Amino acid sequence: MTDVMTTDQSQIAARGTPQSNALGVDFVPGPDGADQMRVPFRDDLVGDPASGGLADGVVYTLLDQACGFAISSALRNIAGMEGRELRMGGMATLDFRIDYVRPAKAGMAVIGQAACVKISGEVAFVRGAAFETDPNDPVAVVQAAFMITSPPVVPNPVAAA
Amino acid sequence: MNDIASFSLAVLERPYPRFLGMRAEIEGKTLLGILPFSPHLIGNTVLPALHGGVVGAFLELTALATLSLQTGGETPRTVDLTVDYLRSARAVDTFARAEILRIGRRVANVRVSAWQANEAQPVATLRGHFLVGSAPNNPLIPAKAGTPEKAGE
Repeated sequence: MTDVMTTDQSQIAARGTPQSNALGVDFVPGPDGADQMRVPFRDDLVGDPASGGLADGVVYTLLDQACGFAISSALRNIAGMEGRELRMGGMATLDFRIDYVRPAKAGMAVIGQAACVKISGEVAFVRGAAFETDPNDPVAVVQAAFMITSPPVVPNPVAAA
Repeated sequence: MNDIASFSLAVLERPYPRFLGMRAEIEGKTLLGILPFSPHLIGNTVLPALHGGVVGAFLELTALATLSLQTGGETPRTVDLTVDYLRSARAVDTFARAEILRIGRRVANVRVSAWQANEAQPVATLRGHFLVGSAPNNPLIPAKAGTPEKAGE
């Protein structure tokens, strides 16, 4: 594992909110070396007992958290390239659009993966997907926009001019 | 509580809504979704604020419960959701009410608003599509000849 996983505030936040702890969110190594966020299967998190998979709401929360994680990773990379320390406040979801492509499979953990499409000033655009084992067979796909709250990490070129 | 009401709220007796601690009060043909505050719902310990995913899930479950109540059928299945976050949801009780914009033969279009202290100041709103066509007892859906599902009922 690379040193992408450090102990800055956003990392701690991504790993350890009370809700993500309650869901049992953990991290598993992904194919490209970056960690993937995962909710292990648990009976008390089932949506429809008839189909037996994790609830839509669990998938939603996992993806929301994964989007935030993707943004903090992107901000960390930008800060690293600019040779400065990452100092970020929080982030607030503006809108979150999710398609539930199919129900989650019975008895299986779900992995959430998100990537930051673009950080434009104080707004971050993110896409992601949730799946059990195969990213090409998603349970849900998401597209979301987040406000990055103070301090502004990426200088706005218009304001700086 | 009569049979229809308790049957319709079966969706809230499922494991995940119980994990959240969500409940609902029936108000005639609609209902008030209630998410009592609990520490495990927190997503931001600094503010503190409820997890955005919890708010989204609560909105969705309010839509599902309201649709179940109005159709009297099977719990619908969510197709897609768009959630707008308007304010941070603080560490207090949250409420939600759904407005069903249209129920077609297969799909319902629903809008939901969630608030905390003041209903006029929502913390988040949802609009989404839900599959309702498989509901066997849905009085709002015209009976279809040769529907393969639930043929035995």
